[in-house]
Amino acid sequence: MRGSLFESPAWCRVQCQRHCSQTPHKKEVPCVFGRPPQLPITKIIRLSAALLACHRRRSTPTAALSLPPRKTKLCSVDAAMATTKPRLSSFSRNLSAVSSSQTPGVKCGPNGTMFVSSGIADLDRYFEILGGGFPLGSLVMVMEDAEAPHHMLLLRNFMSQGLVHGQPLLYASPSKDPRGFLGTLPSPASLKHDKSRDRESEQEKGLRIAWQYKKYMGENQPNFDSHRVTHHYSGADNKQDYCNEFDFRKPLERHYFTRQRVNCVGIQHSKNLAALQEHCASFLAQHQRNDGSSALAGRIAIQSLCAPQCEHSNMDWEMLSFIKSLKGMVRSSNAVVVITFPPSLLSLSSTKRWQHMADTLLSVAAIPDEDKELAKLLSGYQDMVGLLNVQKVARLNTQVPLILEATTFSIKLQKRRFLVLECLNQAPVDGSSGSSYGTSGVFLQLSLTQKCYIEQLRMVSKEMDR
Amino acid sequence: MENQNLNLLDRALGLDGPSEPWPLSGRVVLIEDCVETSGSFVLHQLVKRSLSPTSSNVIIFVAFANPFSHYDRILRKLGCNLVTQRDNKRFIFFDMLMLRCPDVDEGKSSEGGLVLLYEKILKTICGLPGDKKDYVTIMIDDISLVEVAANGGSDYVLDFLHYCHALTSEFDCSLITLNHEDIYSSMERPTLILQMEYLADILIKAEPLSTGLATDVHGQLTVLNKGTSHRLGRSGNKIHNFHYKLYVVLWRKKLVISIDKGYSSEKRSFRRTYHVNGRLGFWNLNTLCVTHLLNG
Repeated sequence: MRGSLFESPAWCRVQCQRHCSQTPHKKEVPCVFGRPPQLPITKIIRLSAALLACHRRRSTPTAALSLPPRKTKLCSVDAAMATTKPRLSSFSRNLSAVSSSQTPGVKCGPNGTMFVSSGIADLDRYFEILGGGFPLGSLVMVMEDAEAPHHMLLLRNFMSQGLVHGQPLLYASPSKDPRGFLGTLPSPASLKHDKSRDRESEQEKGLRIAWQYKKYMGENQPNFDSHRVTHHYSGADNKQDYCNEFDFRKPLERHYFTRQRVNCVGIQHSKNLAALQEHCASFLAQHQRNDGSSALAGRIAIQSLCAPQCEHSNMDWEMLSFIKSLKGMVRSSNAVVVITFPPSLLSLSSTKRWQHMADTLLSVAAIPDEDKELAKLLSGYQDMVGLLNVQKVARLNTQVPLILEATTFSIKLQKRRFLVLECLNQAPVDGSSGSSYGTSGVFLQLSLTQKCYIEQLRMVSKEMDR
Repeated sequence: MENQNLNLLDRALGLDGPSEPWPLSGRVVLIEDCVETSGSFVLHQLVKRSLSPTSSNVIIFVAFANPFSHYDRILRKLGCNLVTQRDNKRFIFFDMLMLRCPDVDEGKSSEGGLVLLYEKILKTICGLPGDKKDYVTIMIDDISLVEVAANGGSDYVLDFLHYCHALTSEFDCSLITLNHEDIYSSMERPTLILQMEYLADILIKAEPLSTGLATDVHGQLTVLNKGTSHRLGRSGNKIHNFHYKLYVVLWRKKLVISIDKGYSSEKRSFRRTYHVNGRLGFWNLNTLCVTHLLNG
């Protein structure tokens, strides 16, 4: 029952109820009904109320009524539309929207935590249920793959997002010239591209709009798709967006990295991590969390903490102690720390210790070029640059673990400019009904370690060939 | 009111009986978890049970992993106000997040920090009024971070734990610790974890499901209760294995740990009992696999 034109509201209602009763457990694509112009307003209102009542009882993604925006008297229907947010479960809280007031890049989330964007719109979207982004006061760790520098893409987006929002940044790297890295940061893409992408993705999601309302949809961008609700404001300029699209072909304008805002530290030549710890301590002291939430958020990005060219790289306990103290300091401040490290250079038990210390744990894996078996299994293989796996998500101030719908993503560079993440794995199974609420994609359950991805894919492909 | 919220975990730990004498006094509990499943919810549940109004426990909480606000928020959702308990001197919180034993000297100094910590705990226990001295619970969040604080000196950490263990016999207090088992699984001689497992009277392990992620089950919990005095007079090991799910019950604003199904097996009798939560009437594939193993 997708986007159809119905003749009378009574028939719409009956169809909807019958459909609801037949498919109790599936998450349906939101249905959109077109309004034939000959229906009076009162009937529309009654129909929408009936639809809402029906769907609210079932707490599934609701049908939404679309109306031409010319009729401005329909304020009650707009109110009805505003409540039709897709609900994932009957226990879900209504996550608050962007805190539009003080700080542009910070959003309030559940359990009294505040969030900043990770710089990647798709990642924020998948983390929407957590709050949309990285919580302030958390430590994010990215496990690198020694074969490919994809973690740099994540790091670049993270840093650019902070600079665009005017958030101070501390960057530490083992390279000889850390400041030079700032020249490779991407710039936010222009709005024109955003809109066309948005429309494409809406079409992909199956939100088919009936009749001729597509032209009205483009103008108004109503909030059917709650995932995009907090990201795009039509007509707003880049600074207002919580998360920007970054264009890797365009370098970030120099005025963003003034001396006060960006501090670059090289860790290659220092004997131990004491200097870096002092830098971090002074940076975090400026962002102490007080009761007022109006302080500016800060970002720390540390690249390749255990890189072999650093002198401290064989001092396991030194590095662990540094991370522990950093974690302790950041918990009481309004900042997010992202640390990338290559786990292959650490011992297994050290790697596990680092993983336990992380609040959010991501891992990046490279996809080999010209692999025929993988090309058969994964659609869009040519565009894929790597794989991103979400192993752990931050659970600050709460003990309830969250099973995300998607934990494995493919990293693609669209048109060699935009970083896009696409969900790859099948969503976890619901025991009672046996069905899974997964989105489209390849039905694979990928395991947690990096190299096992490729191995499992090979095994699956062999099975499928048989 | 208490009986409504008791669940299989409490029964497995023996907390379903009368609160005094505290069933865990004089015993050592070790909670093990891994990266995929965190075992800290067991710790929170034990804090809640210890601080229930019918018992007169005092908790000394040594935190290396999270600040006070984190535990406060979680336990508030569970129905326990830590701020009030802290003011009533029933919940004593030691914030050790920034503890770092100075490593100027290899020998003494790493030990120094932990010795001071032990003395602090001892002083706190001795400083308690007489009636409360009998019911002290020492909780240590995250032994692996104690190791990091001691710069890798696991011998010092072991000494510290042995001293705390001595307190359980001296003052009849209980010791509850949390550690991450997957850190030690790749080591050749995982001394620390083996000694802790040996010392522990109750071993609680939180693991992910072997079949992968599921939406309705967050993981599985194994409770090994050593040396319990059996009703028939014999002591035996009792192993409980559950699947657990943590969720928020919004209408009561409480977080209830729902242990859906479980079985208890005694090593001698191989009797299997199934406890099914009346609200949920489905069988998960994982449980079927487990029962199949038992049959075979």
